Amino acid sequence: MYAQMIKTASDGVKSRDEMSPEESAFQDKIDNDIKIEPRDWMPEDYRRTLIRQIGQHAHSEIVGQLPEGNWITRAPTLERKAILLAKVQDEAGHGLYLYCAAETLGVSRDELTEMLLDGRMKYSSIFNYPTLNWADIGAVGWLVDGAAIMNQVPLQRTSYGPYSRAMIRICKEESFHQRQGYDIMMKMAKGTPEQKKMAQDALNRFWYPSLMMFGPSDKDSVHSAQSMAWKIKINTNDELRQKFVDQTVPQAEYLGLTVPDENLKWNDEKGGYDFSEPDWSEFFAVIKGNGPCNRERMNARVKAWEDGAWVREGLLAHAEKKAARKVAAE
Amino acid sequence: MAVDQGKLLEFLLRMGDNTLVLGHRVSEWCGHAPVLEEDIALANTALDLIGQTQFWLGYAAEVQGEGRTADDLAFLRDAWDFRNVLLVELPNGDFGQTLMRQFLFDAWSSIILDRLTASSDPRVAEIAGKAAKEAAYHVERSSDTVIGLGDGTEESHKRMQAALDYLYPYVGELFESDAVDAAMTEEGIAPDPASLRADYNALVGKVLAEATLRLPEGAYSHNGGRTGRMHTEHLGHMLTQMQWLQRAYPGAAW
Ligand SMILES: [Fe+2]
Ligand SMILES: [Fe+2]
Ligand SMILES: [Fe+2]
Repeated sequence: MYAQMIKTASDGVKSRDEMSPEESAFQDKIDNDIKIEPRDWMPEDYRRTLIRQIGQHAHSEIVGQLPEGNWITRAPTLERKAILLAKVQDEAGHGLYLYCAAETLGVSRDELTEMLLDGRMKYSSIFNYPTLNWADIGAVGWLVDGAAIMNQVPLQRTSYGPYSRAMIRICKEESFHQRQGYDIMMKMAKGTPEQKKMAQDALNRFWYPSLMMFGPSDKDSVHSAQSMAWKIKINTNDELRQKFVDQTVPQAEYLGLTVPDENLKWNDEKGGYDFSEPDWSEFFAVIKGNGPCNRERMNARVKAWEDGAWVREGLLAHAEKKAARKVAAE
Repeated sequence: MAVDQGKLLEFLLRMGDNTLVLGHRVSEWCGHAPVLEEDIALANTALDLIGQTQFWLGYAAEVQGEGRTADDLAFLRDAWDFRNVLLVELPNGDFGQTLMRQFLFDAWSSIILDRLTASSDPRVAEIAGKAAKEAAYHVERSSDTVIGLGDGTEESHKRMQAALDYLYPYVGELFESDAVDAAMTEEGIAPDPASLRADYNALVGKVLAEATLRLPEGAYSHNGGRTGRMHTEHLGHMLTQMQWLQRAYPGAAW
């Protein structure tokens, strides 16, 4: 999930009696699955929560370019390099759609970027983990894009029109990414002993951080209820995490890899796997800025933004000159 | 008369190594560009160049006839075997330097690919046909950016002029010729490099004028890349990254 622990901008779910007539009509629309569009009336809290959620999702796509970009110049074949570049380019495209969706709520891309760079906004915890061997590129596609899809497929039905439409476009590409990632894992897991070792190492390091992508357990998620009533969150964190584990474990078995969890066991009664929770203290440390790569990721984004200032200013100045010349010529 | 296969191979390596090395350089930007749209555009350019490399080096490997693949040529040759012009192996520098290098290359590439579509070698003509469309788009885009930044702010102008001053001495190599080129010209496979210069000067001149940039005077011409006589120090470092996995784990399939 690229949007974790989104603080809902309200103090809990309002009952119908507490709602104003406008709020009540708004909730009716949502309950009847009528999409909310940018020009429609919406509660301020709904708008603010969505900005946080879509913004965090957009930032995740952008920061998410970095761990994978880390291997573009070392990709082992021309085809792998092309596939990886195309994937990272897709992620930038996802960022772009999402910033556009957020802009319909009255916040500019530059404002959102500044909030990311000065730490007011966050991105998914997963991108603070390093990519250390080539199989990590497979594991990211398989597990990270896989977890993202778990969350984003239901969000295609989210109540806010522009967000829902962005999700529909994005999901198609994400499932492609996941298949490509799994394809790398296959090659590695069936390859030389060294390659198999890389594959297992990648799974060992990415398993728990992937489980963390869904956010803390439902019992500790204070903000979910209102977001679910607004249909900007469709499933609970634990539901999605369970679904992800159930889908992924057989895939790991097919690869001949071992999921790093001694307690992992099929539970017939619930029709799903029992599994160990990730170390939530690690999760909170990462969120606070103490993950293995938080500094590097933010420094890279700040550097790109600052080094690029003269380019943005130059292109803007040229566009203005050109427009002025055009006016003068008319 | 049959074409000298060794010379044809040499020509194909020159084409493929240019796109391989430049594609690699451009891909180094991924995730670090000044705006999202530029990040996407740079990735797109790199992707096209890598795609062209697969065609050129794929054909080169066939002509070589030793059972090698495009990947073998890309990942298992040492610097002295590379036949790219020096221009494309120079470091990215700032965004302006990257885009100026791209423009100086795209202008040449769009002209030569257009000519190569009429090559007497049908494979060369076919590859050029696909690549020419991409190159036409690339040169349009890099021209716009060079103009935008050259004729932008005082700072952007200064940076673009500095990039041009640094890079222009590497342009001459694109138009040099040797026995390989003579053979290609004679067989109608490729045009004489020098014959592209007039079109190139016209195109570059027009864009630089709009960009309010000036060509450096009395520019010396660095060379040695396309003949393999002598590369810059930069190429070896690029290869240490690019070839690392293939070198560290020989024979593995990826
Ligand atoms: Fe994405
Ligand atoms: Fe993603
Ligand atoms: Fe993705």
